[in-house]
Order: sequence, then structure tokens, then C-alpha cells
Amino acid sequence: MDEQENEKGQLPNPIHAFTRTRIYASTVSLERKTLPKRTDIQSIMLIGSGAIVIGQACEFDYSGSQACKALREEGYKVILVNSNPATIMTDPDMAERIYVEPLIPEVLEEIIRVERPDALLPTIGGQTGLNLAVILSERGVLDKYNVGLIGADYQAIKKAEDREEFKAAIESINLEVPRSGLAYTMEEAKKVAREIGFPLIIRPSYTLGGTGASVAYNVDEFELLARRGLESSMISEILIEESVIGWKEFELEVMRDKRDNVVIICSIENLDPMGVHTGDSITVAPAQTLTDKEYQAMRDAAIRIIREIGVETGGSNIQFAVNQDTGRMVVIEMNPRVSRSSALASKATGFPIAKIAAKLAVGYTLDEIPNDITKKTPASFEPTIDYCVVKIPRFTFEKFRGTDETLTVSMKSVGEAMSIGRTFKEALQKGLRSLEIGAFGLADNRLPGLTDVEFIKQKLLTPNKDRIFYLRHAIRLGMDIEAIYNITKIDRWFLKNIAEIIECEREIEAYAKDLPIFSDSTNSLPEDLMRRAKRYGFSDRQLGGIIGTDELTIRASRKQEGVRSVFKLVDTCAAEFEAYTPYYYSTYEQENESRPSDRKKIMILGGGPNRIGQGIEFDYCCVHASFALKELGYETIMVNSNPETVSTDYDTSDKLYFEPLTLENVLDIVEQEKPDGVIVQFGGQTPLNLAVALKKEGVPIIGTTPESIDVAEDRDKFKSLLKKLNLTQPENGIAVTFDEAKEVANVIGYPVVVRPSYVLGGRAMEIVYTEEDLQSFMERATEASPEKPILIDKFLEDALEIDVDAVADGERCVLAGIMEHIEEAGIHSGDSASVLPPYSLDDEVIERIKRYTYSLAKDLNVVGLMNIQYAVKNDVVYVLEVNPRASRTVPFVSKATGIQWAKIAAKLMAGKRLSDLGIEKEVQLRHVAVKESVFPFNKFYGVDTILGPEMKSTGEVMGIDARFGKAFWKAQLGAGQDLPSKGAVVLSVNNKDKRNVVFIAKKLSDLGFTIFATKGTGKVLVNNGLDVKFVNKVSEGRPHLVDMIKNGEIHLIINTPRGRNPKMDEVAIRANAVQYKVPYTTTLSGAQAVVNAIESMKTGRLSVKALQDYYK
Amino acid sequence: MKGFIALEDGTVFEGKGLGIEGEREGEIVFNTSMMGYQEIMTDPSYKGQIVAMTYPLIGNYGVNSEDIESGGPKVEGFIAREFSKITSNYRAQDDLLNYLRKHGIIALEEVDTRALTKHIRTRGAMKAVISTRDNSVENLIRKAKSSQGIVGRDLVKEVTCATPYVFSESPREEGRGTQDDNSSSGFAVRSSAGEDFNTGRRTPDEVNSQLATRNSQLSVVVMDYGVKMNILRLLRDLGCRVIVAPAFTTANAILAMNPDGILLSNGPGDPEGVPYAVEEIRKFLGRVPIFGICLGQQLLGLAYGGKTYKLKFGHRGANQPIKELATGKVYITSENHGFAVDLASIKDQPVRATHINLNDNTVEGIEHEVWPIFSVQYHPEASPGPHDSYGLFARFREMMIDFKQKVDG
Repeated sequence: MDEQENEKGQLPNPIHAFTRTRIYASTVSLERKTLPKRTDIQSIMLIGSGAIVIGQACEFDYSGSQACKALREEGYKVILVNSNPATIMTDPDMAERIYVEPLIPEVLEEIIRVERPDALLPTIGGQTGLNLAVILSERGVLDKYNVGLIGADYQAIKKAEDREEFKAAIESINLEVPRSGLAYTMEEAKKVAREIGFPLIIRPSYTLGGTGASVAYNVDEFELLARRGLESSMISEILIEESVIGWKEFELEVMRDKRDNVVIICSIENLDPMGVHTGDSITVAPAQTLTDKEYQAMRDAAIRIIREIGVETGGSNIQFAVNQDTGRMVVIEMNPRVSRSSALASKATGFPIAKIAAKLAVGYTLDEIPNDITKKTPASFEPTIDYCVVKIPRFTFEKFRGTDETLTVSMKSVGEAMSIGRTFKEALQKGLRSLEIGAFGLADNRLPGLTDVEFIKQKLLTPNKDRIFYLRHAIRLGMDIEAIYNITKIDRWFLKNIAEIIECEREIEAYAKDLPIFSDSTNSLPEDLMRRAKRYGFSDRQLGGIIGTDELTIRASRKQEGVRSVFKLVDTCAAEFEAYTPYYYSTYEQENESRPSDRKKIMILGGGPNRIGQGIEFDYCCVHASFALKELGYETIMVNSNPETVSTDYDTSDKLYFEPLTLENVLDIVEQEKPDGVIVQFGGQTPLNLAVALKKEGVPIIGTTPESIDVAEDRDKFKSLLKKLNLTQPENGIAVTFDEAKEVANVIGYPVVVRPSYVLGGRAMEIVYTEEDLQSFMERATEASPEKPILIDKFLEDALEIDVDAVADGERCVLAGIMEHIEEAGIHSGDSASVLPPYSLDDEVIERIKRYTYSLAKDLNVVGLMNIQYAVKNDVVYVLEVNPRASRTVPFVSKATGIQWAKIAAKLMAGKRLSDLGIEKEVQLRHVAVKESVFPFNKFYGVDTILGPEMKSTGEVMGIDARFGKAFWKAQLGAGQDLPSKGAVVLSVNNKDKRNVVFIAKKLSDLGFTIFATKGTGKVLVNNGLDVKFVNKVSEGRPHLVDMIKNGEIHLIINTPRGRNPKMDEVAIRANAVQYKVPYTTTLSGAQAVVNAIESMKTGRLSVKALQDYYK
Repeated sequence: MKGFIALEDGTVFEGKGLGIEGEREGEIVFNTSMMGYQEIMTDPSYKGQIVAMTYPLIGNYGVNSEDIESGGPKVEGFIAREFSKITSNYRAQDDLLNYLRKHGIIALEEVDTRALTKHIRTRGAMKAVISTRDNSVENLIRKAKSSQGIVGRDLVKEVTCATPYVFSESPREEGRGTQDDNSSSGFAVRSSAGEDFNTGRRTPDEVNSQLATRNSQLSVVVMDYGVKMNILRLLRDLGCRVIVAPAFTTANAILAMNPDGILLSNGPGDPEGVPYAVEEIRKFLGRVPIFGICLGQQLLGLAYGGKTYKLKFGHRGANQPIKELATGKVYITSENHGFAVDLASIKDQPVRATHINLNDNTVEGIEHEVWPIFSVQYHPEASPGPHDSYGLFARFREMMIDFKQKVDG
């Protein structure tokens, strides 16, 4: 700087030495000089998140797929590891090298050794991917093989994940966290609790989805919960925290690039205040009740946090709690990675966080990446939206009877629906009907006529899955907003909006009351009320319910009044710029932005929110259908309401409609787009349930006709079909009432399998041994599927169960795969482990299965996919079930065989022939693939883990190897069952199994295991010459089996249920096995497979092989 | 109450009237901020404009006496998809609809604001009439066509202060504006200009000790073309004595105050509508450090001998990406402008672009290569919007100190 003195008034020297270039133009364009991406790395490894579990669902397939695509676009070699075959990311064309192998450090090290990646991107595979990266780093594996962490480094991950370090970091930048203390023992825990005072939150470190985090209001609760927390933490560490229950809860999605540019992608406000896990909360985007001053303070805090934690590039999610009376803001936590919320934020705004995060990780800056939607503007901005987004969680407590249904800080929901509306009222009601829980909006007829105010107050006080509906009842019973607020602490703004919906409902009711009772079917509402109701999100079905007519009548009359939905764009910028990505939602407004093309087009109906029985597998099929039809030159239109999925990525299909999968919304889209075909057979039961009604309205459904689907679903029609084809099915009958059911059961003889028709995932399906049980079943069944008949089948005890997936073109049929269940018949096929190809069927039976499949496909005129379940007993092949649609196993079969069957099926549905596609005959595999199911029992403390005909698993993994033993071992590892190669095994089996357990025990003894057994089982083993140590059952005195499990003295449990009703001590054994992560099996066939796997563990080491090499 | 917004091109949007019964003309514009409606409606730069919020749910957190940018609402009309019928925020003192009514602002809801926004985007910001009184669409279109619009018009005189004053938080009476009855309760803006986004050159302590040795406080004259209060607050928080001067104050009178720096504020309308301001600015160019914001930059551009032009529909929102050319850093900023400086038209002075808007490459920042003058087209004072550019105020302070050192020795 020039030090010369200047007199005042003279020109001083330049003070700022900025760039020397002078730009004389009103606009400036910046030339990119060099490619900004990193050239020092060529190959990048990604770790997926494994099986779908509560807290980690298909959002990580979405983020992983986006990252794969983004990195390959930049020319990097991608090496992907994920144990979950039902993912798009593990499709062979998503990465150069794909390993479907167990996600454990040893396996990952082996893959690193073989593949030698230059870098590891740890931030797209959820908590699982992040934790594994930490372990690999700590074990020195990354250093050894010279693999660099990109996105977030080890220090940053530790700082964000380790509670103590995080707290220190936050306090160092003058922000607050709730007061808290760490504890590693019960004594320490009690000390901290005394210091802070109740209520307290207990958060274990290093777990998934808030596992074990819980609230204690008193000392008793505290002791129990603190102990459980210490047990569930990977490092036996808990954080005991000042309760901020009832505070407002917010999340910000933050992105940062290497030049330290930071942007906020989305703000989210939770309707359920602090105290309910954000995954279990109804959440709303953007934040609704913050002034700009408060929001900017939060934004500043988020920016300071991401800088302080040191997440170099990519996305993070930061949670805040705000006291509604004082505005005090505390930081709750940070995820230094792509999360469930970032998937939601991506779908809510149109900003693809995972894709951008991947590009930032390889060196781009935000301003160097274009915004896909506007094309002309860069990604370095903050999306602004001109609609309201509501996310509502989907629960399946009905699957886990006896579990605590209270919503807490530990996540329990299995899926979610997102909805978009111009107002919160509209979005909320759309979201509620997207859930498919029988409520077509807030006016939920599942909870009729509640008048007990005290009961409702109780339901408001304790967060539960139906609280939103109880809010309605409370308001209808005259509780005012202030009173409800005091009980729930749900922000008054949300309550007022809910009250406005109810005011509108009342107006409609008042109008309906004055209608003549016996009027004709043209009952409707006056135009202004109709329009308002639609703008408040009321569905036609809801309106019909209030007025006393059906939804199609309402539809017809409102269309006559000119009340029609329009479609608006999701464009990241509130219409400030032109959008090029056709991502739509429906609303009731003036202008319709959807512009149908004149191309040939096919619409695919997705599966809606994840639930047990209908999850990522169906989304996989929908995505493949879209890809396949694009290949054939069709325009593809996706309809779905699940924000976690790949199908709702705006670049999966040519057009995306983010809408509830209801007749009304689908018809609206059909009328707008006039597709040449609509596919209902890929999205699971959701679209299938609409098939008949859609067809009736003239919607062109392609593939197998709804009539054929009906033949397969309708028991009587199906029976006569089998008779015609001369096929055998277990003796069966049909009943609507208990008396009818009793009669059928008496004729065919107990035990019988009973289930309602038209359900998926074995909902309410049971094996019934007595008349008494039959009666209680009939009462419960009507809840799951009212007015539908109940199917009663003879239960084939000890039969082998076979699953077949096939494709057919109306003429010919080819089997995609024959899977043999490891567990015997009676366990839901979705829960059973299964193996492809079958390992105990002889060729003659296999041939018969093929023949049966061909003839069923032909007679049902199947075009597309078909799934058949067979049972084999005493050489008789029984047909249990035929589903002319995509099944849960299609992705598994596709990954195992290397053929993308869903794509083939979609092409067949579009009119191609099998011969056109080169599919001539069944594939002969030279390897073995095992599918194992993964269960959420660790989330439902104390629930019996026994398997039955009702599906309970949330996800699956695949083990693939040259031989069955190793493939099964890998499947077990992938599912979190770390089979022991030595140690102690305990056997406790029922009488029926006692003879067959001897062989298994002998094998285990030969393999060097110490054999423990309970009294009855032990006696049999001793009689057969085995060396056995006896152990007490829980009821027989201490120390007993559960003590031994807790002490880590047992390494494997074989425990088959005695009798139809689980005994208390069995439940305790199995529940503790889950808690203490001791591998266990509840079937002898499972035990046999386990022994087989242990044998191969002893004789060989775990080796890895990419899918691409299997398919060669 | 039915309400209409009629545009000069003959397009009419119907809605429901909520504020008062009445009719006003103005330029129709949209703002994409999702929060900060109170700051927006009280921003004097919106004088002469009818503002449609693209975010559909407005009024949720009510209004308070702290989140104001001037004595009261300045917009000619306010449009949203839905105004909240409840206020929910611990800071709220009134609800928005009451506030609008009290200040005689016409508000419309139930408008397809997305369609309106798209219309403005494709056809440009244009003259319009908002009415909850006249139900004749033809009448309204005719009125919109014959309305005076904002081009070439002096709107500054309607929002500038009447007499000079030293800023001490509470808003002052404006030209024709009315004194607002809200009094400030002194809500502390949490991040002040010196704290977070200080570019790291000097800490406030260092500055203060330097100043203390000379026993003086930096004195800034803010030319009030419709200044937002947060500009004043941030200058004050940096330790400056802030003197606010009416837009028509002469250069001589300003220089007589012996300021360490002059801030040319934001303000409404067309820069070419206030030639008197340009004349006076020209007189103190080069004599004292100058920081121009928004209209301030446009007036500087004219004072440099350049031209300004009208953007098709402007930049109004809190998410605009601004790139600092010297560093390549991107700042997310708050913007509100319909006019811009044509940098190429400045031939007489050595100036260069320092910032551009990445959405459309508009020049958003200009600095003089010789004199201590810099300006930005966006709003570093935020309010509403991100605080990313607070550092510019610190930079202004630096500039004043350096200048003072050179001058005082």
C-alpha cells in the first residue's frame, strides 16, 4: 500500500487490489479455464446401507444411485458394495464393479485389497456406510491400501458422531446444546441424572435411527432405559440429556463445497414437537412458524456448525429445537452425510442433494454445477418453493402385537408418504390418503363416534400413530386450540389449520343434512363449497362419505361444476425461471402447467409408502419398467407418493407425478396425460387394488388383465382353474362368518391356514390349530380387510415351500427362478430364507413345477410377471398361491441370474414377445444365491421374534457364492447374524423336532462346539450318545439360559417353538438373543443350513466376487 | 369481498380481499422469499409496487415492532395464496391482517400466485391495479393501462426522511409517510456485521482501539433514498455514528458534516427519476469513501456517467447467488431491484465489476479503481434474507479507516 500522504480532497491511491481485469459489459460470462474435478483419483468406492431396516430405508438406494450416476458421468470408476439385492444401485450398469457382499469390515477390506480404489465416499450409505468407513479408517485399512476419504474425513465424522466431541464443538462456536452428560456405567448414569433432573433423554452413541434413545420421567424408568441404552450402544456409551420435549423441532439441510460456499437446501418443521423421533413425526417443508430473524439465526448457526465440524464437501442435516415461549435455540444433532431428511428435502424442492454431494466430493464447486431443473442457473443457490410439503410416517404396529405403540425418540415407523399442496391443509389431507391406512383424509371413518373427551385427551398427551386423527376429534368435541396446544405442544398454527379443515367438514355436513334422504345419486355440493373443499384437500371419497354417495358421483358432479384439479410444477425456484423437468403435483388452482406430449406413453403406478410386505422391491420393479419402456421409445410417466424411492427421482421417468395412489388422483392424471397404457402390476398391492376400478373407467391397463388377476385372487375362480388344469391345491374352503369357517375347518381338519383375501405380506394370516383360535381370528380379520371373504387352507406341516418367478408373453412362459425356502411351509415367504437354485428338489419335481407354471401362465393369459408359491410334500406338488404380478423376489432373482426380469416383463406388457427379447429358456446357474430376511425386532422390545405366516421382515440381503454353505454364511453375515465357528451352542426344541435335532447336534459337536441343552432335548441327545451340558429354562431356576446369553456364554441358539402359543421363557430367550446379537434359529431346517454354513466357514475363507464376474 | 389484480396487458387475476376496501395502482412484482414478509412490506424500495409473494402461506408468525424496515408498510398492495388466520410466534405483537388493515393496505388471497408469477416472468413486470372496490374487469384494465407506472418517476421523495437525524433505532417520519405507532423494543440482531462474516482483516477491538487513540468515532452519512433500517442498525453495530440525510440534501451540506464515509441507500423506483440525487453524488465522488447499495449503486452508475436499464422482471428474493469475482466465492443474498447499471456505458470513470449474479450474469457489484468507492446491487443488510454479505459493512469501515489514516496522517 502506498504510504504517501494525501491531502483531503485529493484522490487517494487504490485501496483494494482486486483482479486487474476490467469488465465493460452489462453482463459477464465466466469462462471455465480448467476442469475443476479431481484428476488424482480414478476409482471411487461406495458403501451402501444394506438391508432395509427401520431408520434406514430405500432413501439410501436413491442417494447411492444418484451418486453412482453422478460419479460415472464424470468418468470415475465406481466400485459399489451393498448386501441388499433389491436396490437399483446394485444393477450391473450402475457401477463398474458391484459387490453384493455382507457389509462387514473384513469383507470390505477384502474388496479394497482386490479393487484398490483411490478413494472412499462414506457419506451416501446412511449410518451403516459411515460407521463402516470409520472402522476401516480406525483399523488402518484405508491407510494400508492408500484409500482417501472424500466428502467427510475421519476427524469430521468423529466430531459429528461422538456426542462429547460434538457438544464441545458446538459450544466452541457459541451455540447451545441441551445440558447433558456422558455415562459408560449405571453409576455414572445415575450421577448425571441427579445433576440434570427429570425428564431426561437417554441417547446411546453409535446406533441406527435413534435406536434405544428414550425418555425417562422418573428414576424407575431411568434405570431400565439407561441400562438398555448402554447395551445397545456399539461402544457402551450413553448421553443423558436435559429434556427439550415439547419444544419446536426444525431441521436444515446444508451443503458445502471445497471453496467453503454453503447453502441451505431446505428447512423442515416438525408438526410433532420434540420428543417424537423426526422419522416418526409429521414434518412440513418449509418451516412455517419462524420469522426471518429467527430463521436466519438458525441458518447462521447451521453454517457455523458445518464449518466447525469440518464436513469438507457435501450435505449435512442439522436438527434444532426452539423453545416456543423464549425463542431459545439449541442444537440437537448433526448427520455429516446424506440422510432420510435429505432425500425428503430433495423431493420436496427438486434439488438432488446426493447427486450434487457426489460432484462436490470430487472437487466441483456449487457454482460449477448446473441446476438440472432450470438448466440455465447454477446449483449455488437456495431453493425456494411455492407450495407446502407434508411428510407422514407409516407404522405397522399391527404386525407386532404387544409392543409399546407410544412414539418416542426411538424411530418405529417403517415408511412414509410425502404430499405436495398449495396449502398445508391440502398437503396434509393428500398425505393422509397417501398412507393407505383406510383414511381418505383427516375425516377418518376408522375412528367413528368418539365422544369420550378424557380418552381423547389421553391420546393427545401420549404421541401415537393416530394422534393427528384424535386432534380432529378433539376439535369436533369443542376443545379449543389453546387447550389442545397445552396438552400436545403442537404449534397453534398447525392446530388452526386442522381446525379450518374441520370447519369446512362441518359446513359440508350441514349442507348434507338438508339434502333429501331419498334423493337420487346426483347429490353434490354447491360449486363454491365444492371448490373450497377441494382446495382444502378433501378427496371425492371423503366428500362422498359425508354426503352419502360414492366418489365417482362426486367426481362427475364436480367436473360438471368445473371443479377440476390442475397440475403445478416443482421447480426449485417458485417459477422465477423456466423449468425443464416435468415434476408435477395436483392442486385446485387457475392455471394448469402440465403439457401432455403426443408421444406414445405408458404410465406406471408405484407402490406408495413402504410397509412390511411392500417395500423397495416393488419400487425396483417400477423403476425397471420405466427404464425398459424408455428403451422401447415410450414416454414414461411415474406416479408415486414415497419420497424415499428411486422412482420419485425426477430423472427416472420422463414425467413424474408426486401424488397419492388413489382412484381419484390416478384418474386425474390419466385424463390429463391420456396414456396408451397403464401398468398396475409392478407397484405391489397398492396399484393392483385400483386395477378393476380403473379399468371400469376405461383406463387402458396393459399386461395381464384385471380379470385374470381377479381369477387368481378369487378363491372360487381359482379353484375351478386348478381343477381344469388338473393341479392340486391343499384342501380348502371359504367363509365370511365364524360359523362358515368352523364348518370348513371341520371338513378339512386342523391345523388350517386362515387369511383374508386381497392382502399382501400375509397381513392377519395365521395357522390355526383349534376352533377357539379360529373364532378369535375371525374377529380380528375383519379389521384388516373388511367385507372380504376369509380363505381357509389345510396347513401342510413340514412341507417344502417353493417360490417361482416367471415371465410370460401370453403364449410362452419362462421361469426366471425357482427358489426353495430354507424354512418349512407355514412361514411367510417374505420372511423365509430362500435359495436359488433349489438345493433339495429332484429334477422330476423341478420339471413338474415348470410344467405347472407354464400351464397356469397360459391359462391365465399372463403378460408380464407372475409369482407362484408351491408346497412339496411326499412328492406331491401343491399350488398354494398364484400372483400374476411382480413379486418381492423379482430383484433377488434378477441379481442372482444377471437378467433384469422386470425390464423384460415391462417390454412384454408393451407388446414384445419373449423371442423378440432373446429369452428362450430358463437360466442354469453355476453359483448359489441365498436371500435372507432382516427383522425389526430390535425396535420392538420384548416382542416375540418367532416367525409365522404373517410377514414381519423389513428387508433382505443376498449371499452369493459358488456353494450353498458359503452363500448362506454370507447371507447370515449380511443379515447381522455373525455365525460362530466355535464356542457353545444351546439346543431347546419341541417334541416333534427332537428326533431330527440329534443329527444337527452331532454335526455341531463334531465341529467342536460345546453342546448345551434344556432338559427334554438334552435327554434325547444323551440317549444318542452325545456329550451334553444341561441348562435351566427360565422357569427352572437360575442361572438359566437367559443369564448365559447375557453373560456372553452362548454363541448360537437353536430353539423351535413348543406348541402354537409361545411360552414366556421362549419369548425371553429369543428377545434376548436379538438384544445380545446371538445368532439364533427357530426352525430345524434353518439349523441345518446354519450347520452347513459353519462347516464351510471351517473349511474355507470368505472370498469376494463382483456380480459382473458371476454373470460372465 | 372479491378482489382483483388487473394488469396493463389485459390479464386479470381474481382473489379475495382481506385488507381494506380500496384501490391502488402500482407495478406488479413477485418476491420469492419464503419468510420475512414484514421486512418486505416495510421496505421503502417497494414504494409504487404491488407485491405478490410466491410462497403461498403468509402471515403465520404475525408481525412485531422489531422486524420492520421503516415506519410502516410501503407496498401498494400485497398478494398471497393464503393469509394465516392465526398468529403463532412468541415475538408476535399483532396479526398480519390487522396490521394491513390498520395501515390501509389492500391484500388479496386465494390468488393463483404461481400463475401470476409465471405471467410476470414471461411478460415482464408491468403496470397494474389492485382493487377490492371495483368489480368491473374492463374498468380495472383501463385504469391499469392509464396508471403512471414507475419508469422515470421520482418515488424517492415519498419515502426519504424530511430532515436529517442521528440514527438511534426508532424509525423517523418520512416524506409523505405516516409516523408508525409501533415503538421498538430493541430486539437484538444476533449476528452483527462485525462478528461472523468479517473478512478477518481486523477485529472490532482492534478497530476500536485504533479509533480510541484518536478519540473519535467514525461518522457515516446515509443518503436516505428510502433506506432500510437494517443498514442503519448494522452501521451502528460497527460503532459508527449514523447520520441520516434526506435525499435532496446538497453535496455541500453533506460534506459540511465532515463524514468519514457516505452510504448511498437503497430506494424505490427508477434511478433516472431522481436526477437531483445524481447531481449531488457527482460532487462528492472521490472526496470521501462511498458505499452504495441497490438504488445507491444505480445512482452511482449514473453519476459515473453511465446508464441504467430496466430488467424484465427484476430480482426479488432471498436466495440469489452472487459471485465475488476476485475470490470466486458465492454468497447467497437478498435482492430487490428492477433496474441495473449498464457497466459498458460507463466510459468516463475507471470502474470494474466485482460481483455478478450467477443466475443471469447481471453485474451486481462495481468498484472504482482509483477512488474509495464500491457498491452492490443486492442487499448486504439482508433483512429478510441471508447474512452472508454482512462483511461488506466491515469492508466499508476498513475503507473509511484507511482513508482517515491517509488524510489525518
